[in-house]
Amino acid sequence: MSDTRLVDVWVAGTEEPEFLPTDEGRQEIAPEESGRRLDEQYGRVVVDDYVFDDEVPEEERMLLNMGPQHPSTHGVLRLQLELEGELVRRCKPIIGYLHTGMEKTGEQLSFLQGPTNVTRMDYLSPFHNELAFSLAVERLLDIEVPPRAQAIRVLMTELNRISSHLVALATNGMDIGAISMMIYGFRDREMILEFFEKTTGLRMNHNYIRPGGVAVDLHPGWKDDIDEILKTIPKKVQEYHDLLTNNPIWQARTVGVGVITAEEAVAYSITGPTLRAAGVDWDIRKVFPYSGIEQYEFDVVTGENGDVFDRYRVRIDEILESLKIVEQVTDAMPKGDYRVDDTKVTPPPRQRIDESMEALIHHFKLYTEGFRVPAGETYVAVESPRGELGCYLVSDGGAKPYRMHIRAPSFYNLQGLPIAMADSIVADTIATIASMDPVMGDVDR
Amino acid sequence: MIAPLEALAERFPDVVWEESHGQQVARVPNELWFDFATAVRDAGFGLCSDVTAVDWYRDRPDRFEVVANVTSMSIPARLRMITTAGRDDPRVASLTPLWPGANFAEREVWDMFGITFEGHPDLTRILMPDDWEGYPLRKDFGVGSVPVQFKESPKAI
Amino acid sequence: MATTAPGNLLMTKLEWAANWARTRSMFPATFGLACCAIEMMATGAAHYDLARFGMEVFRASPRQADLMIVAGRVSQKMAPVLRQVYDQMPDPKWVISMGVCASTGGMFNNYALVQGVDQVVPVDVYIPGCPPGPQSLMHGILTLHDKIMSGEIRN
Repeated sequence: MSDTRLVDVWVAGTEEPEFLPTDEGRQEIAPEESGRRLDEQYGRVVVDDYVFDDEVPEEERMLLNMGPQHPSTHGVLRLQLELEGELVRRCKPIIGYLHTGMEKTGEQLSFLQGPTNVTRMDYLSPFHNELAFSLAVERLLDIEVPPRAQAIRVLMTELNRISSHLVALATNGMDIGAISMMIYGFRDREMILEFFEKTTGLRMNHNYIRPGGVAVDLHPGWKDDIDEILKTIPKKVQEYHDLLTNNPIWQARTVGVGVITAEEAVAYSITGPTLRAAGVDWDIRKVFPYSGIEQYEFDVVTGENGDVFDRYRVRIDEILESLKIVEQVTDAMPKGDYRVDDTKVTPPPRQRIDESMEALIHHFKLYTEGFRVPAGETYVAVESPRGELGCYLVSDGGAKPYRMHIRAPSFYNLQGLPIAMADSIVADTIATIASMDPVMGDVDR
Repeated sequence: MIAPLEALAERFPDVVWEESHGQQVARVPNELWFDFATAVRDAGFGLCSDVTAVDWYRDRPDRFEVVANVTSMSIPARLRMITTAGRDDPRVASLTPLWPGANFAEREVWDMFGITFEGHPDLTRILMPDDWEGYPLRKDFGVGSVPVQFKESPKAI
Repeated sequence: MATTAPGNLLMTKLEWAANWARTRSMFPATFGLACCAIEMMATGAAHYDLARFGMEVFRASPRQADLMIVAGRVSQKMAPVLRQVYDQMPDPKWVISMGVCASTGGMFNNYALVQGVDQVVPVDVYIPGCPPGPQSLMHGILTLHDKIMSGEIRN
């Protein structure tokens, strides 16, 4: 047997340092056999001679690092894969490369500033983040927002679901090699973003849904824009069907790949399209309705096999279901105020500030000090494009949250990745990641 | 209170039941945490929605609270279980053997609050780097902000 | 001089020619981090069409790229990775800091974020916005082109 030693970093010419164990690498995948085995897999064990060693086990296992800077891990996700030839035997997601400390920052911002913070978590569905936070604050305040604000919230979140699913489909296509799909998805998303920009002033990170209602009313002529969207998107969805659904290459890459069964999905707290693709009829919009979404008719789309193809089909069909809701909201948009008529949380209208000193002071106090929220704790969940997005909010009676925690759907869905990938080939991991649609901002927060 | 929970209330007399803004809350003593959670899961609450913690720094004698939101998909209903962990060396039983989905969440709580989950298969830092010191979401951990200079100081001009 | 030179001859400075070549085929590395990455992808996609500037190909390998667009917030955990990717890029290389988070830390002035990516790598162009729209990103890229054209050939 050859002479082996562990390589450590040291500067030549100095005394070789003693090996000091640190915490470094504790998050990484642990070896099944021993600590020595991990060193071998990493290539840290150097064999000093070239004698052929026939004692090496036949199953050569290799550790492959995917990410954190990798084009198809959807941001800064890092995966450690243990490969046996082309097969993935084990997989461990390592996250935290986008940890922004938003829950800590959320404790420094007042309840009125809170949506600015949470909207940057899941940057593909900002409205859902704002909605979850605002609903939690409103429940602690025990106020009911007017019907028009509720309808606007439903309209915006459902449009946001469409735009988010379009990006999911686009990146899913791009990762498997269907670049056209990426072009299509981003092209059609622009239309919805233009609508958002007209109303909220921003393409992303809107800070539009706030505790007590929404920031501004819909822009003039919004109905025409919605009509245009309602007319165009179904045609585009047909294009996706033509391009992908019956495409034999697409089917070969997706059918039966990355399967997550219903039992696994529930056990690992997986929600959203990934859970529904496994055949579970579970949608927060139906079981715990929010913002009056129970008034509108829509179906919960489910798949059968829980593979990549089913997740793709669920997303495509959910786009159409969301369009149904958008159509109903548009037809039945109530008239009235878009903010709650409660001077405690609602700033005075813009014209009053110009006329009245009291209104100016009121506005100033509200935006500098914020409003106080009674002590208490609550958990509110909404159905984001990725699953159950919950907000656990604790108030101690002050103007800032005592603790603000977001239950991020992508964070929990990532736990299903090792199960979905087990014993699949390396190329399929890309398709699996894309179909779970993790948003790293949501994972790391 | 819904039927499966009433049976639990009889079985665990030490658990305090509350209602918080229309949501069912069970305050569980630390030593009963795992047994109670097992009974809750067997009562049909198969989906562990969320595990998190709250740091009541000086406000309460038991400093840390661990909060788990579980969901029954058949009824459907939600239940929030809250337990306390001690002040020095906070410890609580891990829920990962019951709900594998609690794995990442408990790692996050360990990372952010330093609460040890006994029986967790892989209790390592998840969001911060491995060699990070301190637990960021504790109230005695500073925000770590740097002062912002909004304009040039008069001397510089 | 002019009379003796053959036809089809173009005279220019070597510096100008080199800079022209550099700006017209700039390969950005894919370094999408957060929200800004989505806008960066939108810029590269059909609607805004970054291909007009010859830079629609985002190189997956930093060794084939000469422009790093740091799109998004850089966490303490990501900073060593960022530096390594930057070190792997061949010279000459440029860095665009896209968005306020990458430029200054933005609204997240806390323990987790690097307060400005210029603490890790040298930055040529800062783009404001949260996130900057595709137009802003293209303006930033054109600003970088101007900067390269007016500068000297670096080592």
